[in-house]
Order: sequence, then C-alpha cells, then structure tokens
Amino acid sequence: MAPRGGVRALRGPGGASVRLDVRALVVVVLLMAAAFAASVVLIGTGDFPISSGDVVRTLFGEGTAGQEFIVNELRLPRVLVGLLVGASLGLGGALFQAVSRNPLGSPDVLGLGQGATAGALVMIVLFSGSAAQVTIGALVGGLVTGALIYLLAWKQGVHGYRLVLVGIGVSAVATAVNGYLLTKADFVDAARAVVWMTGTLDGRDWNQVWPLLWLCLLLVPLVLANARGLRMMEMGDDVSHALGVPVERVRMLLLVSAVLLTAAATAAAGPVSFVALTAPQLARRLTRSPGPNLVPSLFMGAALLVTADWAAQRLFGDGQLPVGVVTGVLGGVYLLWLLVTERKAGRI
Amino acid sequence: MLVDSVPEQRAEAAPAPPNRRVVRSVGLLVSVAVLLLVAVASVAIGAKELSVAQVWHGLFADSGTYADVVVDERLARTVLGLLAGAALGLSGSVLQALTRNPLADPGLLGLNAGASAAVVTAISFFGVTSLNGYVWFAFLGAAAVGALVWFLGGSRGATPVRLALAGTAISAALYGYLQAVMILDDAALARMRFWTVGSLSSASDETIWQVLPFLAVGTLLALGLARPLNAVAMGDDTAKALGADLNRTRALSMLAATVLCGAATAACGPIVFVGLMVPHVVRSFTGPDLRWIMPYAAILSPVLLLGSDVLGRVVARPSEVQVGIITAIIGGPVFIFLVRRRRTAQL
Repeated sequence: MAPRGGVRALRGPGGASVRLDVRALVVVVLLMAAAFAASVVLIGTGDFPISSGDVVRTLFGEGTAGQEFIVNELRLPRVLVGLLVGASLGLGGALFQAVSRNPLGSPDVLGLGQGATAGALVMIVLFSGSAAQVTIGALVGGLVTGALIYLLAWKQGVHGYRLVLVGIGVSAVATAVNGYLLTKADFVDAARAVVWMTGTLDGRDWNQVWPLLWLCLLLVPLVLANARGLRMMEMGDDVSHALGVPVERVRMLLLVSAVLLTAAATAAAGPVSFVALTAPQLARRLTRSPGPNLVPSLFMGAALLVTADWAAQRLFGDGQLPVGVVTGVLGGVYLLWLLVTERKAGRI
Repeated sequence: MLVDSVPEQRAEAAPAPPNRRVVRSVGLLVSVAVLLLVAVASVAIGAKELSVAQVWHGLFADSGTYADVVVDERLARTVLGLLAGAALGLSGSVLQALTRNPLADPGLLGLNAGASAAVVTAISFFGVTSLNGYVWFAFLGAAAVGALVWFLGGSRGATPVRLALAGTAISAALYGYLQAVMILDDAALARMRFWTVGSLSSASDETIWQVLPFLAVGTLLALGLARPLNAVAMGDDTAKALGADLNRTRALSMLAATVLCGAATAACGPIVFVGLMVPHVVRSFTGPDLRWIMPYAAILSPVLLLGSDVLGRVVARPSEVQVGIITAIIGGPVFIFLVRRRRTAQL
C-alpha cells in the first residue's frame, strides 16, 4: 500500500512498530474537546442558567451547594446519558456499516430501533409500565430483533447485503406492530409513546448512567481489539479469509457487540434517529481515512447527540421537543448535503 | 434503500416463445378470477356475514333491506381497495424499473412522508377534520415531494441513486417535523395515529370520485411507459443505443408513480409493502418484461390488499385491524423469504 500523508509508523526497539494516523488522532482529540464543550454548555442550560466557568468549577467540586445539586444531581446524569448513548450509537452504527459494507446499513434501517420500540410500546400500552419497565422492554425488544435478523440472514454465513434486506423486512413488520399498538393505546399512553418513539433525554438520572457505562467499558475494548479483522473484511470475505481473518467469528462478535450497544442506547433514550447513520459518515469525512473509523465515530456520536440536545432545548424551550426531532431534521439536511456534494464531485 | 440493480433485471426481455405466452395469458385470466372471488369475499365477510345470494341481491336488486345497506357500505370499501391496490402495484412496478432497484417502493421516494406531513399540517394548522378534506392535502403533499425529489435528484440528470438519496433525505426531515407536531398538538396525535397505519374503512363514494380521475390518468401513463421502461431497465447506455428518450421516460415515470401513489395514499393513508412486494413476486414468474409485469401487478395487488382487508376484519371481531398493518405483517415474512431464496445477492 502506498504511504499516505499523515500516517506515521512509530518504530521501537526490536522491530516493533505502531501505525499512527496523525490526522485521525487530531480529529479524535478535537471531537473529544467538542463533546466536552457541548456538555458543559448543556449543563449550564435550563431554567436556572449557570455560566460555563461555574459548571467546570462545580464539576471539579468547587461550586456552591446549590450549584452542586443542580449540576451533579439534575443535569450531569442527563448529559452523561446523552454522551454514552451518542457514543454507543456512533460505534454501533460504524460497526453495522462496516459489516454490511453499506453506508445505509445503520440500526435505523435494520429495524433494531423499531424492534426496541415494539418492546417499549408493549410495556407502555399494554401494561402502562414504569420507566424502568419500559427500559427493560426496549432492551428485550432490541436484543430479540437483533437475534432474529441475524438468524434469518444466516445462510452459510451472514452476507452484508442479505443482512440489510432482512433488516428492512423485520423493520416493516415491527413498524406495523407499533402502529397497531399506538391505535389501541388510550390517549395518555399514546402521547407518552410518541415522545419515547422520537427519542428523548428528559428525566434521565444516574440509574440510566451506570448500566450504560459498564456496558461501554466492557464492549468498547472488545470491539477495538477486533477492529483489525474488520479492516481486512472491508476488502471482501474471500480476501480477508486468505489474509487469515476468521471472518464469520469476527463478524458475529462485532454484530453482537453492535446489537448490544444499540439496544442499550435505545433502551436508555429511545430510538434517536440518524446518529448511528451520520456519525460514522461524518467521522470518515473528517479523518479522510478508509476503514471503519471506530474511535472517531464513537466520539462523533457523543458530540452530535449532546449538541442536538442543546439545540432542542435552545430552539424550542425546555422540555418542549425531544432531541430526536433535531437529529431527524439534521439527518435529512446531512443527506441533502451529501447529495449535493457527491453530485458536484460526480460520484453519483 | 440504496441497493443497486441485480443482474436478473438487466437481462434482455426476449420475446417469449408462443407456449410461454399462452401460459402467461391463462395465468392472467386465473388472476382475474381470483380477484373477483376476493372482491365478493370482501363484500360478504365482515362483522355481519352475508351469503352470496344476499350479496347478489344487494348489488343488482337493491330494495333497501338491512343486508342491502351493508352491501352498499362494503361495496365502496371494495371498490376503493381495487383501485388503490392496482395503483400501488403499478406505481411500484414503474418505480422499480425507473430506479433499477428491485426494492424500490413509494416510501423510498418520500411520497408517504410528503402525504403524512401534509395531512398533519392540515389537521394542526388548518383545522381540517374530515377525511374528505385530508385527500387533497395528502395528494398535494405527495405530489410536492415527488416534484422536489425529482428536482433535487438532478431533474434531467437524475440517476437511480440520486433519486433514492433525495427521497430518503426529504423523508427524514419530514418525519422529524411530523413527530414534532404530534408531540406538541394533541388533536394531531389523536387523528394521525389512525391515519398513518393505512385503512380502507373510511371509504366512501365521494373519496372514490375524488381520486378516480388521477388513478385513470396515472394508469394510462404507466401502461404507456412499459415499453420505454423496458429499455431503461437495461442500463442508460443500452437504452440510449436503442433510441429511448431517457429524460422524457424518467420524467413521465416519476409523474405516473407520484400521481398513482399520491392518489392511493390520499384515499387510504400510507399502505406499505403492496407496491414493493407484488411487482417483486410477479417478476419472478413473468421475467423482466414490464408489459407483463404491469397487468399482473395491477390485478394481483388488489388481491393482496383486499385479502388483507378481509383478514383484518376477521382476526379481531367485532373490531378490525387496519389493512396497512396486515399487509406489512404478511409482507414482511414473504419479503424475507424472497431475500433468502435469491442466489446471487451482491451489492
């Protein structure tokens, strides 16, 4: 492979070397900074505004008692859920897109969001369940849907193309079930269901933070350890097999991780649309690096979701419209931008 | 979805040998017979069961008995099912040929999103509450999005991928808007949650007369496009070499699909999968020639739609399940079966 600008190899003693993509590293650092800055601004936003300086001071334990309460008890957990959900969706989306080798192979398209929604709606509509029960319902719905898609797409291995198509079919059935449940709900439950289906961070507390955090701490290293195989697999199954990658095993491991990440994120915040679709694509455009761009996608997702939540609060007022509305509209704008730029570049 | 063409669709539409043509014609007649049976079932079956004799009496010797009134009610529903089903099947055939994508359906080009956004606007901002009032909004919404997709997709330079991408993008933004309105406006939520699943139960003579002219024009246009679209399906270069006017064919196809799907969606709400699945299934036994796909799709789509509607009336008696839900629940598994069966599935 010809050397590309910005890629360095760090050579150590004894012939050991580490490949270092400087541009990707810079992008990751910038995205981390952006996510942090957006989080600080978001924590400061609300009925009781707090300046960014005070937010940072309070986070490091030097704020007043009132600020401590508002920041640590009320707003920090919400922002942490946002960061974790965004990161999970970004990473999950990057994995799905890499495995299906299709830029539209996101969990939205594959029906994971719809499946999780079905689980949540069953809890909301049939049992008028508590928030915790809805979360569990969504988690079960997402995992069952993921397993179903994998099994139905299995035919001497899982082909990326078949995975997407089977996902579209499963998604349509789940959408119909959701529509039916919504028509059967009484009005209060229906209103609650629509807010959940749009994706929201309202009312999230520490109870949602911990499970999501543990899952990310477990899965992110596991996924990154197997990322090397994924890079090879983008060249096609036969080539990667010849290069010594146990294709089916790596694919299964990564898909299970992606399903877990997406289902957990959806259970925590609802099916926030388009983060999983756009984060990997935007990350790829920033790093200009081929390959799955897993780490940049993760931070891009986190930064995107927190920024979208801030925009939702600033544009529509506190608690009026959930973050999913903003990500949906942003997703549409992004696709239009993609359409215009790709057309100018003559690629489509 | 951005799924590129599969080889089987590029295959040239060779003239069928005589015996195959006979088989296809007989098959078409059988399909018509099946359609008639389903239509009679659609009038006879429901919360109140009618015998075939009662159906006959209601249709041809209406004397105002209770059974006759029931027949009248169900007749409007059946006719709308026939018309809307045929329209969805035809628009699906046209779109799949136009985008060279065997998975294209009206949802792909954002037509459903356009209709939904227009209806929610009508309810929330213009205070429209009657179903007959929705029809025009839904149709205009679908038509406006159809035009916008065509324009954004590059109009004269439109390619299948550009059209699909433009449709997906506009859908995304419009669904964001739709959800926002539903969250903020209780009245909109109360009505939209029933409209978006797609149903034939609101059919009336008035609805039928409103959409009939559009369906007639769209059907004629679609059937007239069969031959040029056959050429387009073989790829741009081949089509040009064969003398097809690519731009005109694309523009007219877009128009036909928008008019057909827009009118059907206006009358029944967004019904998914009929337009995707029926042409797809039909193609597996007619081959790629649209001159056969279109008539088969126009006859078998109403069979699916009316059959689903009857099933929806039976499964949850005395209440009923909306037809849009049944088509998706039947369509999803069939679709997955088709996907699994296909031998070469390369992107």
